[in-house]
Amino acid sequence: MADILALVEHRQGTIRDITYELLTCGRKLAEKIDTKLTGVILGHNTESFHESVKKYTHRLIVVDHEVFKDFNAEVYQHALVDIIKKQNPFLTLIGNTAFGIDLCPALATHLGIPFTTDCIGVEITDRKIRVTRQLYDGKMDAHVQLTESPSYMLTLRSGSCPAETGSLAAEIQKIESPITSQPDYKKFVEYIEAAVGDVDITKADVVVGVGRGIKEQANLSLVEEFAKAVGGVVACSRPVVDANWLPKDRQVGSSGKTVKPKLYIAIGISGAFQHIAGMKNSDTIIAINKDPNAPIFNDADYGIVDDLFKVVPALKNKIAEMKR
Amino acid sequence: MDLIVCIKRVPQTAEAEVKVDASGKDIVKDRLTFDMNEADSYALEEAILLKEKFGGTITAISLGPVDAEDTLRIALAKGADSAIRIKAEDFGELDGSKTAAFLKEVIKDIKFDVVFTGCVATDDSYYGVGPVLAEMLDVPHATLVSKIEVADGKAHVNRELEGGLIEHLQMSLPAVFAVQTGINEPRYASLIAIRRAAGKEIKVLGKGDISSEPELKTTLEELFVPPVGKRAEIITGTADEVAARTAEIIKEKGLV
Repeated sequence: MADILALVEHRQGTIRDITYELLTCGRKLAEKIDTKLTGVILGHNTESFHESVKKYTHRLIVVDHEVFKDFNAEVYQHALVDIIKKQNPFLTLIGNTAFGIDLCPALATHLGIPFTTDCIGVEITDRKIRVTRQLYDGKMDAHVQLTESPSYMLTLRSGSCPAETGSLAAEIQKIESPITSQPDYKKFVEYIEAAVGDVDITKADVVVGVGRGIKEQANLSLVEEFAKAVGGVVACSRPVVDANWLPKDRQVGSSGKTVKPKLYIAIGISGAFQHIAGMKNSDTIIAINKDPNAPIFNDADYGIVDDLFKVVPALKNKIAEMKR
Repeated sequence: MDLIVCIKRVPQTAEAEVKVDASGKDIVKDRLTFDMNEADSYALEEAILLKEKFGGTITAISLGPVDAEDTLRIALAKGADSAIRIKAEDFGELDGSKTAAFLKEVIKDIKFDVVFTGCVATDDSYYGVGPVLAEMLDVPHATLVSKIEVADGKAHVNRELEGGLIEHLQMSLPAVFAVQTGINEPRYASLIAIRRAAGKEIKVLGKGDISSEPELKTTLEELFVPPVGKRAEIITGTADEVAARTAEIIKEKGLV
């Protein structure tokens, strides 16, 4: 049986957490179909994380070249086409990250193999692959069958296969890089760090998160007054930043900030997984949303299914009374 | 510049209750409103901004049922010059790869500098159409694009990574850019423009116009409501009662 391949993701010299989740998922699948897991590191001077990755894989392919120092999907694709053609893996696993999204669809298309993105579950039966994906703003799950093929490729959503401790001991196989320079048509230039704002939402004990349900910028004052009453800072989900109602440094979620306050109050936030990823480790989560099936209620400790425009002013008054 | 924008009409589910229909493979859509996919409206605006700066044309393309023409008319009203609908009703089940392959069949005969797509569709939450299309057209791509600056035939492109970090790339054109939400402020179409767009012709392409039907890479077997996790304790009552109980909980945690 052909191997399962998993791509190690790293950025700015540090291995990304998704890597251990991918490797855990890959190892479990490999055990189930009685094959081996091969990790692939494309990088430069990555020795610092070889030891930890070896524990998660049966084999570890390392391609060391300066060209892999920073991520460039074109460069990665060039190298992986080479590796996949030689190794003929049954399945290639990549993180559903900003890197994976830029890489997997074009790579799989180039190789002509079936693939899909953002999987939260993977099952293998009789050499066929069925995945679980989330559709319709995370309100539905779907079982999706990949068209039968000798080889498949998937991107796995972060958080869908918690990393376990590795107990393997892979041997490293070094491969010469098939590519030595970035192509003219797509060159990595630099990383740009996020701008620092006036309020650090990661330091607050109470965070009041506001989402699409607030409807208009003018309604934000309601949330600001409430946050003031409860002694918290105002944060938000993506749509509020997209609409330019709050600055980017207030965004909680995978592309924004991760917060772990004592109390997180989600107001009009449906709970897209990207948002949940940024606040699920809060001590207590209270969610206010009018949709009883909003995914936010799966991660909240307390839920209020009602119109935020009624509940938030009432709650503000109760808290103000309490403080008197 | 010659610009192409790929647009999908999707049900608006972010703020709505969603249920599985009788087929088990789709959702009940009769009570949902439909609109341009959110990321696609940012992609369209980005194309309009480039056209305003450099001149040129915008072609809006949608693979969808006849209703998709309403969404294409919005694109025409906002600033697209022409619109093409690929008749989804002429073809069977679709997935992201097949959609990209249809788009490629149409786009390969059009001269372009940039093809824009949204980075993800909210209905199938599929991130692949842009990069797959780029691979099929043999041009470079960037996904999750949060800024584009074009000068001297080169594009400086920012991609949004995790944790607020930005990746800055230099790319040559033609290229495909899959645009992230928030990159710009999509304009509203004026009433006059909407009225004008109502009379514009939309080119419709069907089975006879497209040489071969691409194959599916994936097949949807069933839809189901996600299994419930730990599930919140729901506080019920009037707004006042709910507020009183919630305030108590906050007090119990020692936070007020």
